[in-house]
Amino acid sequence: MWKDLLVERRSKETLNALVFFSLLLLFVFQFALGPDRERLTAALPGLLWLGFVLAGLLGLGRTFVLERENDCWDALLLAPGDKSAIYVGKLAGNVVLMLVVETLILALFAIFFNVDVADALPGLALVMVLATLGLAAVGTLFAAMTAQVRARELLFPVLLLPVQVPVLLGAVKATEAVLLGEPLSAVAHWLKLLVAADVIYVVAGLLTFDFLLES
Amino acid sequence: MTAEPLIRITGLRKAFGAHRVLDGLALEVRGGEAVALLGANGAGKTTLLRILATLTRPTRGTVTVLGHDCARAPERVRPHIGLVAHGSYVYEDLTALENLKFWTTLSGLSPAPVDLAGALAAVELERLGNERVRTFSAGMKRRLSLARLLLARPRVLLLDEPFGGLDQRAKKWLEGHLESFKADGGALVMATHSFGRELAVADRIVILAGGAIALDAPRGARGADEIARLYRLHTGEGA
Repeated sequence: MWKDLLVERRSKETLNALVFFSLLLLFVFQFALGPDRERLTAALPGLLWLGFVLAGLLGLGRTFVLERENDCWDALLLAPGDKSAIYVGKLAGNVVLMLVVETLILALFAIFFNVDVADALPGLALVMVLATLGLAAVGTLFAAMTAQVRARELLFPVLLLPVQVPVLLGAVKATEAVLLGEPLSAVAHWLKLLVAADVIYVVAGLLTFDFLLES
Repeated sequence: MTAEPLIRITGLRKAFGAHRVLDGLALEVRGGEAVALLGANGAGKTTLLRILATLTRPTRGTVTVLGHDCARAPERVRPHIGLVAHGSYVYEDLTALENLKFWTTLSGLSPAPVDLAGALAAVELERLGNERVRTFSAGMKRRLSLARLLLARPRVLLLDEPFGGLDQRAKKWLEGHLESFKADGGALVMATHSFGRELAVADRIVILAGGAIALDAPRGARGADEIARLYRLHTGEGA
């Protein structure tokens, strides 16, 4: 994780691209929804997560771009020891990067749509962390799976999005309730779904990453 | 030279689709011995190195390094091998020192800062330790990947065109390092197209042609001209 974040801090390739992409998305949403507050309130949770997921897809797809340079992929394979440590490092790096971008998108949403999210922030933060972990866990795994495939840019979202349905469902529903000012206990079942998805996806990643690298 | 081979290959076949790159190959390399692999493009030199490095699985046959099967137990082979191939295995946006630190940590090693600095000094990159690798030339990147091998201390070295891109001083250093590696009982396999300086380190010359070993002979006192003649004879190619 240290290596990936250090490289990103120096190159800023992914972060810059994601920030501009998020801005573009907001402009599109702004034009599509117009000034109607009612429509906006109903669509906001879905739009927010659409923004998170699209930005996440771009970021997650680049997880192993560094390793394609100078054949570092081979060197990772040759490193003795447990390969799941590589998965954990990549996953942690992706979660940090995604949360930074999501925080930025959330702030921009609040400014662009004149929405007050201050009261909902603690609940929103919990939902964002849980859902981001789920998205990144599968995303990191599928990024490794498609890293050596020629049509990886096409294959990666096609594989990833169907598997993300439980996470997206839980995240959108929980976000909707949190933004309406409902207590977290009211969305406990959605939070449980997110936790269950996180556990399943992370464990599946840890168990299969070594096999994926070798094959 | 030790009696027991560190590398043992029997009946090796590697096919990509219907095309057999290697077929029925057998080879043994003992500790303290260096084997130079010669052959035309596509003869299977790099494929053989990748199979030994556990990066490619053989289609048939057995390949063992220090008694461990490369296909069945790659994780037991990897701590003992060092590979320098066409890629330099370095991250462009990390410094030379950060690269060494990353790879050694990932390999479960924890070298002291003085050891990292020593490895950089050995390849004459000590003044560039804090420079980003992006600013390095191809030869400097290759030297950095050799510094990584110094820290890993493998028993078996697999080198693909090891002298390529190096200046004269670096070549001389590498020659000396490979000689001391052999003297310490390590086994060395290097693929090359050159008949010059690199072959001075080699104890045996193996020429690959048609997926098999066309010649496996001690280098002895053979000079570059004699080796070039043998190469032409066995590959049918002008050297």
